[in-house]
Amino acid sequence: MKFPYSEKVLEHFRNPRNVGKMEEPDGKGLEGSPACGDMVAVYLKVDPETTVIEDVKFESYGCASNIATASIITELAKGKTLEEAKKISWKQATEELGGLPSVKAHCSVLAVEGLRAAVRDYEEKHGLVSAKEPTTENVVRSRLKHVMNPMAGLDIVRTELVTKINVEDGNVRILLDLPSNHQFAAAIREDILEKIESLWDVKEVKVVFTE
Amino acid sequence: MLDRMVYLDNAASTRLDEKVLDAMKPYYFDIYAVATSEFGYSMGIDAKEALEGARQTIASSIGASAEEIVFTSGETESSNMAIKGVVAALLGKKDKHIIVSKIEDFPVLNTAKAFEKAGYKVDFISVDSEGILDLEEFKKAINENTALVSIQHANQEIGTLQDLGTIARLCKEKGVLLHTDATHSYTRVPIDVSKIPVDLVTMSAHTIHGPRGVGALYIRKGTPINKWMDGGFQESNRRAGLENIPGAVGFAKAVELVTPEENESLSTLRDHIIQKAEEEISHVTLNGSRTRRVPHNANITFHYVEGESMTLHLDMRGFAVSTGSACFSRSLEASHVILGIGGDHERAHGSLRFTLGRYNTMEDADTIIDAIKEIVEQLRAISPLYENK
Repeated sequence: MKFPYSEKVLEHFRNPRNVGKMEEPDGKGLEGSPACGDMVAVYLKVDPETTVIEDVKFESYGCASNIATASIITELAKGKTLEEAKKISWKQATEELGGLPSVKAHCSVLAVEGLRAAVRDYEEKHGLVSAKEPTTENVVRSRLKHVMNPMAGLDIVRTELVTKINVEDGNVRILLDLPSNHQFAAAIREDILEKIESLWDVKEVKVVFTE
Repeated sequence: MLDRMVYLDNAASTRLDEKVLDAMKPYYFDIYAVATSEFGYSMGIDAKEALEGARQTIASSIGASAEEIVFTSGETESSNMAIKGVVAALLGKKDKHIIVSKIEDFPVLNTAKAFEKAGYKVDFISVDSEGILDLEEFKKAINENTALVSIQHANQEIGTLQDLGTIARLCKEKGVLLHTDATHSYTRVPIDVSKIPVDLVTMSAHTIHGPRGVGALYIRKGTPINKWMDGGFQESNRRAGLENIPGAVGFAKAVELVTPEENESLSTLRDHIIQKAEEEISHVTLNGSRTRRVPHNANITFHYVEGESMTLHLDMRGFAVSTGSACFSRSLEASHVILGIGGDHERAHGSLRFTLGRYNTMEDADTIIDAIKEIVEQLRAISPLYENK
């Protein structure tokens, strides 16, 4: 039989490590969306003294690359400190897996981003974010790149759904080129709130639709 | 692990029937001359006779006469020839206006898009949730000066059959030519051009256990059509290039081998796949129509899981099927058909297409759904979208 993946990828795909949902995780990251065809959730249990990752679990709705990368990432992260875990790169993960087809880069990057998001979530919740970066229009924009446009399967920034971003005294206003009664309006709004409300200096987020 | 591959991707390509190969062989080893006129040499005359015999078989299968059939290299060429040939012939006589459906297969869809890029007005007509053409939208789009309408007979992914009779009648009322891509219905669902006033029909051998690289285009007598590939004077000066005589003979043999009984048994297998999946697996959606469907196609979305993961697991167990997931396709785009019937990306990503052929058995239908049941359970256990729904 001939498969487009290395033995190691297939092995992790068949028997993914550290799978499942974690009850009351210390940190949680969710990247991607059903629309883009890949979604990964990463959960962390962290020792508050040493910041060592004691346990890590993942869930994946995705293709083989996504599942295998998420699996290897959890193996790499376990036992590492948060600082060390943050440095785990996509390149490192793919090398561990014996390479991935280049067209599948997007699906595997998502797993790495999931881990980083989980670490960031822990840091934000535990006041560990050093030299807090004030939330600017650019910070909001880059976070919105992780919100999917289900109609296109790409993010809402790239598909020009976001027409304007306003940040003033912790109040964020996001204008979308989408009517409020659109079938995906509620889902997109919810996704945006989840991504932006957790920013440390944000007080309120308003999502404004067209008529 | 099965001791053999279970192949359920017969809309993509089929295993050649041995009887087809037997019919073709003499035209490679014994009668390998080009088709000559009756004033040529004997081997060329024999070749010509074989070619014309094959043409008659294809013609009879759709109620046409032999001179209305042109052999081509397959679906892509037939559809390109139909659209580009007719549109070129009508340039200056009709408006630069073409109508197709949103869920056409790529030869028609991308030809239409190429015309759009070149400045033509192209209407891509919507379909409903079963894939059936929106006739009201179609009636609004068509007018006396429309150059060509191209609406498929059956869909390549979800197997939905269009009401070709009604579409053809609406075209005739406006005096507009109609092409249909019948690749995915040909011989499985009858099409009779002596009853339905369709002007051009695309057919192909590769979906019916015939040789690949052979197809045909039916061109109703009197239809204005330009030659779009320059070269020799073959096929009554309609299609240049050396005639593929073994291919034409094989195509005709493949057509003869399809029986109503076979189509009946394919539809039994199809219904079994759909019924078993719906009964034994939760959160599934049948894509397409329950009734207006070709006998050999089932297309089902298994929610909360992604298609490429399913097809890879299936491949490792010895099953070949395809999916509408972006991750599976060469273009990395989700199926335009599933999106066209109002499905979201998640529905496309989780869809599997089962297309049946002569060599599939009831055991194949049973074992693949048993395998999918296990795989879906395994993948849902790790899916963040699935929480004991």
